[in-house]
Amino acid sequence: MYQEIILDHYRNPHHKGLRDPFDVEVHHVNPTCGDEVTVRVRVLDGIVEDVSYDGQGCSISQAATSVMTDLVIGRKVDDALVAHEAFLELMQSKGKLEPDEDVLEDGIAFAGVSKYPARVKCALLGWMAWKDATAQAVAKQKEAS
Amino acid sequence: MTSTLAFDVEAVRKDFPVLAREVHGKPLVYLDNASSSHKPRQVLEAEREFVEQHYSNVHRGVHTLSQEATDAYEAARSTVARFIGAQHDDVVFTKNVTEAINLVAYALGNPGSPVPLGPGDEIAVTEMEHHSNLVPWQMLAERTGATLRWLGLTDEGRLDLTNLDQIVNERTKLLAFTQVSNILGTENDVPALVARAKQVGALTLVDGAQSVPHQPVDVAALGVDLFAFTGHKMLAPSGVGVLWGRGELLNALPPFMGGGSMIEVVQMTGSTYAKAPERFEAGTPVISQAVALAAACDYLGAVGLDAIKAHEVVLTARLLDGIRELPGVSVLGPDSTEARGSAVSFVVDGVHPHDVGQSLDDLGIAVRVGHHCAAPVCRRYGVPATARASSYLYNTEADIDALLDGIVQVQRFWGAA
Repeated sequence: MYQEIILDHYRNPHHKGLRDPFDVEVHHVNPTCGDEVTVRVRVLDGIVEDVSYDGQGCSISQAATSVMTDLVIGRKVDDALVAHEAFLELMQSKGKLEPDEDVLEDGIAFAGVSKYPARVKCALLGWMAWKDATAQAVAKQKEAS
Repeated sequence: MTSTLAFDVEAVRKDFPVLAREVHGKPLVYLDNASSSHKPRQVLEAEREFVEQHYSNVHRGVHTLSQEATDAYEAARSTVARFIGAQHDDVVFTKNVTEAINLVAYALGNPGSPVPLGPGDEIAVTEMEHHSNLVPWQMLAERTGATLRWLGLTDEGRLDLTNLDQIVNERTKLLAFTQVSNILGTENDVPALVARAKQVGALTLVDGAQSVPHQPVDVAALGVDLFAFTGHKMLAPSGVGVLWGRGELLNALPPFMGGGSMIEVVQMTGSTYAKAPERFEAGTPVISQAVALAAACDYLGAVGLDAIKAHEVVLTARLLDGIRELPGVSVLGPDSTEARGSAVSFVVDGVHPHDVGQSLDDLGIAVRVGHHCAAPVCRRYGVPATARASSYLYNTEADIDALLDGIVQVQRFWGAA
């Protein structure tokens, strides 16, 4: 499970630390283990301008959040959601899916995690927070316009 | 190596088939007993024999099987009662400790409660409670307008009793606390807490989930009013727990759940209720699980609770001593076996408890990770979670050594040592 890519992201997380400006901030927790993450999202003209985060948790939750920021920052919201869907599908595959590196980049390292149901929630914590924040940011902009 | 132990651990281990299996190609080292224990063949066989030969619903029929099942169920109640120094009628079978405590919390809040609660009244707990002995009281306080107060913890992982007289005072209607903490391992001073509660006329409820499986417990001698424990942590199946209460208190409490078995006379305009224990056993109860729980009591009694306790003290001392030698590993809770159970929570600097647990699992070692349903304790000590090893009668010194060696390997893998 502990692929070198995962350990790298855990030890040297990308885009970590909360930044301004942002549109929406959310706080998600995994009540069964106490892992938590705060995610800020800024969306501009349908593009994920920035995602910043802070949190505490195991290597899987922290590394997955780091990988997530690489996959969504600078992308169109719709494209980022495609990556989210692909990661979700991988996590639900119970180890039976060959991940697409073009879509998931470093995220393919998490294929092994999908064999451990207790850890799938860890891998999805940051992603779910990002999706929640992004949906709120998009809704907010629709309301304003 | 086992000469200091008062019973033959290797013989005991043979009664637990699971202990012979491998996990990830390594012999299983099961140190998650505070969460749930394994079941010996004798318990499984007792349940099987009952279901195969005598099973029927209880307290309902005149046919032979119904009578045999009723006899077995009530004999199980007697065995469980004897195991904790109680009277037959004062033992109520529940699903688990959680249900037992909720039963009391709802009964106390129902009309006709002998201890009605309202604004100005107080319920006292401690900061080391399992969520099952905290959340039901928060909910009762919310329903009734009563105030929840709690005893805090010292840095050493013990109850801070310096303000006991303020927290448990004339307004306190109930003091609920655990005998042994599931996360810190701390054994609380039951007589001191009961004495203060009696001074102010408060009821006492003790959570015995982590004490009854591991040491002799006599509820009458403890002087408490209500006491709860669960089967699955003491070699019995999941699905059966026990609420014990002083008889006159149980019969004064209004029921929690209504239904079959718990009634006297039912009319369309209203009903009267049976005496305890049936009063609190609405519906078809946990029949075969109760029979299995009695078999577990017999098994533990035959080994001897004093011997089990002595065995666990040896293992716990070995673990605490071993951890003390490991740089970067610290124990959350008392650092000696004085007034302590076998659950040892620990933190490895620089490695999240989930990663500790996962890496130990790769070595075949089962520990629990997380907040152990005692999140306020983690918050109190400034950690998000811990890893916890908890031994039982079938664990050996080799198990403890495997864990200590495993922790070193975890540190090496994660570059934390």
